[in-house]
Amino acid sequence: MTKQRTARRNSAVNPDFSPAAAPADEQSRIALDESARTPTVVYFATAVVWLVVGSVFGLLTGLKFSLPDLLGTIPALTFGRIRPAHLNTIMYGWASLAGCGMIVWLTTRLCKVQLQLGWFHYVSALLWNLGVLGGTIAVLAGYSQGLEWLEFPRIFGAMIAAGFLLFAASVVQTFRVRQVEHLYVSLWYILASLLWFPLLYVVANLGLYQGVVEAAMNWWFGHNALAVWFTPIGLAGAYYFIPKVLGRPIYSYYLGLLGFWAFALFYNWNGIHHLVGGPVPTWLVTVSIVASVMMVVPVLAVAVNHHLTTVGHFRMLRFSPTLRFVVFGSMSYTAVSFQGSLESIRSFQEVAHFTHYTIGHAHLGVYGFLSMILFGAMYYIMPRLARWEWPYPSLIKAHFWTTAIGIALYVVTMSIGGWIQGLQMNDAAIPFIDVVQNTKLWLWGRSIGGTLMLIGHLIFAYQFFSIIKRAGPRRFAPALFREPAPIEAVRIEERAAKAG
Amino acid sequence: MMFFRSFLFFFGVLATLLLGWAGLVGMPDAMISEIPPPEGLQRYTAEQLYGRSIYIREGCLYCHSQQVRPEGFGSDQARFWGRPSVPGDYVFDKPHLLGTMRTGPDLLNIAARQPSEQWHMLHLYDPRIVVPGSIMPPFSWLFEKKPTAAPGDIVLNLPDSLKPDGRAIVAGRDAKALVAYLLSLDRTYPISQGTATLKGK
Repeated sequence: MTKQRTARRNSAVNPDFSPAAAPADEQSRIALDESARTPTVVYFATAVVWLVVGSVFGLLTGLKFSLPDLLGTIPALTFGRIRPAHLNTIMYGWASLAGCGMIVWLTTRLCKVQLQLGWFHYVSALLWNLGVLGGTIAVLAGYSQGLEWLEFPRIFGAMIAAGFLLFAASVVQTFRVRQVEHLYVSLWYILASLLWFPLLYVVANLGLYQGVVEAAMNWWFGHNALAVWFTPIGLAGAYYFIPKVLGRPIYSYYLGLLGFWAFALFYNWNGIHHLVGGPVPTWLVTVSIVASVMMVVPVLAVAVNHHLTTVGHFRMLRFSPTLRFVVFGSMSYTAVSFQGSLESIRSFQEVAHFTHYTIGHAHLGVYGFLSMILFGAMYYIMPRLARWEWPYPSLIKAHFWTTAIGIALYVVTMSIGGWIQGLQMNDAAIPFIDVVQNTKLWLWGRSIGGTLMLIGHLIFAYQFFSIIKRAGPRRFAPALFREPAPIEAVRIEERAAKAG
Repeated sequence: MMFFRSFLFFFGVLATLLLGWAGLVGMPDAMISEIPPPEGLQRYTAEQLYGRSIYIREGCLYCHSQQVRPEGFGSDQARFWGRPSVPGDYVFDKPHLLGTMRTGPDLLNIAARQPSEQWHMLHLYDPRIVVPGSIMPPFSWLFEKKPTAAPGDIVLNLPDSLKPDGRAIVAGRDAKALVAYLLSLDRTYPISQGTATLKGK
């Protein structure tokens, strides 16, 4: 292997690798953080507000399954309006804006250059937030477009798209003036998503189709929003933070490469498994099922790569909040993806489709995987931007356990309840209303799990705004879950020094 | 070399998305979009279309699908929810309302199963009057309270215990339109092979 290829491989597997590692690195990192600070904090702060708003909508949605007359006389708070309000505030408010913040910071670090066109992000954050706010109010007021994942009226969709383009322009410009020769895996996912998402979102919002074709477009979009935007955010984060916190390179560059291209190739074709058994050409559904099963390839590549990076270092999960959240997210990614491949198969869908099982699956993905990684990223990034450590480590612990137990409870009860619902729905001897009755007990699981998650979010929001205000006790070492024994403390400090 | 790699990355990434679009949306568009409507399918009237917009406004689609599965796939046939739906059944639908969830039953042929206007009115006003144990939300804002009903009003036949201080509950414009839309949902007409269906085997 030539020297050049070795160098490329090293920089591609290790976010820290720099041929001329020098003490000057510390200074340059501070300068990079300085350039990304305000945009990242603005994205993060607004994302946290949407997280709390979105989870209030979510909890209310869940409660209405058990208490259908709850707030039943207020049109704006009827189930059919707050459910899309929940989905859109979480996806376009929380996950997207938090993802934007993470991408801005990651790009400066991975390109080793200060953020370019930073002011674009102020306009972008404004447009994006106004789009989500306006769209949510419109949905609550009854002006939904009526397409799942695309409920926002077009004017607000256009604001989000414009915001995204400005955001992308700044990130791409930063990438163009990069000071690194080779690109780390996270950057592949980021760059690809910048190209994919605006195209997808604009095409889907044009309203070109009608009838069954529109349904195909709807689920091509719905599933691809995950494929080309939300999942790349999560994977870019996992690929960066796991090796970063552990202070060791990612296990394999080639697995990363295989994982990326298989992901790009197969994930795009998944969407139509949402219409299995429906009035669409059978070959169309079959294509999507095949692609969904093929997702095993990129998922396995990512899972093996991350696991073999972490293996032997699981002890670190006891200390590092970032690592614990990100590894939880990464494991959820593996679980939810294999579940998704299985779920696309016809005999499985015959039971699971049209039931709460699917809702459990969706939450394992967007929450267990994506949101947990975003929390982990924020725990890592914020102290470096605020120049203030997290003031209350015990609240980080409370945040982790409320959300981890909350999502586990949610997914388990919804999966069991949904499966029972599916089996009973397929038995014509059981009257439909009995099927509804028999799921009621399980549906409490979503409200209890949702309550736990909401408590976790309030705890997180409190600590988040504390760190912005530099409030609370001042700490001089990273906030860890527990004080390590002296020998471990040395190791963790070494890693922290390496990680910067 | 660097340029070549960037080029490969850019177009590779672009191609994956565009291929997916062409395959999953473009191909069915080419196959289905020219389908003539089946003979039994009526265009929506203005009132039904307005009712359809109420169906969207109140988010009915999040709990009710509008697609019937074929024999051997689920129990739709055994539950007499209608013949399996075909692309032709939806040619007038924009936005589509196929749905992905059956918290409540499928509604593609609800008018054939439940043709009573009064039943639908009561069910929308308070679902638990007609379906004990239902978890559907009430939509009382689609109705008006009146001291006395005017001629031509659709009055709800409520049990005395549910009548608010003796006043009449009558269907508002939105309730009438929504029920008109629900009563248009009947796609049990026969379809001739080859016209309305392109479902491959």
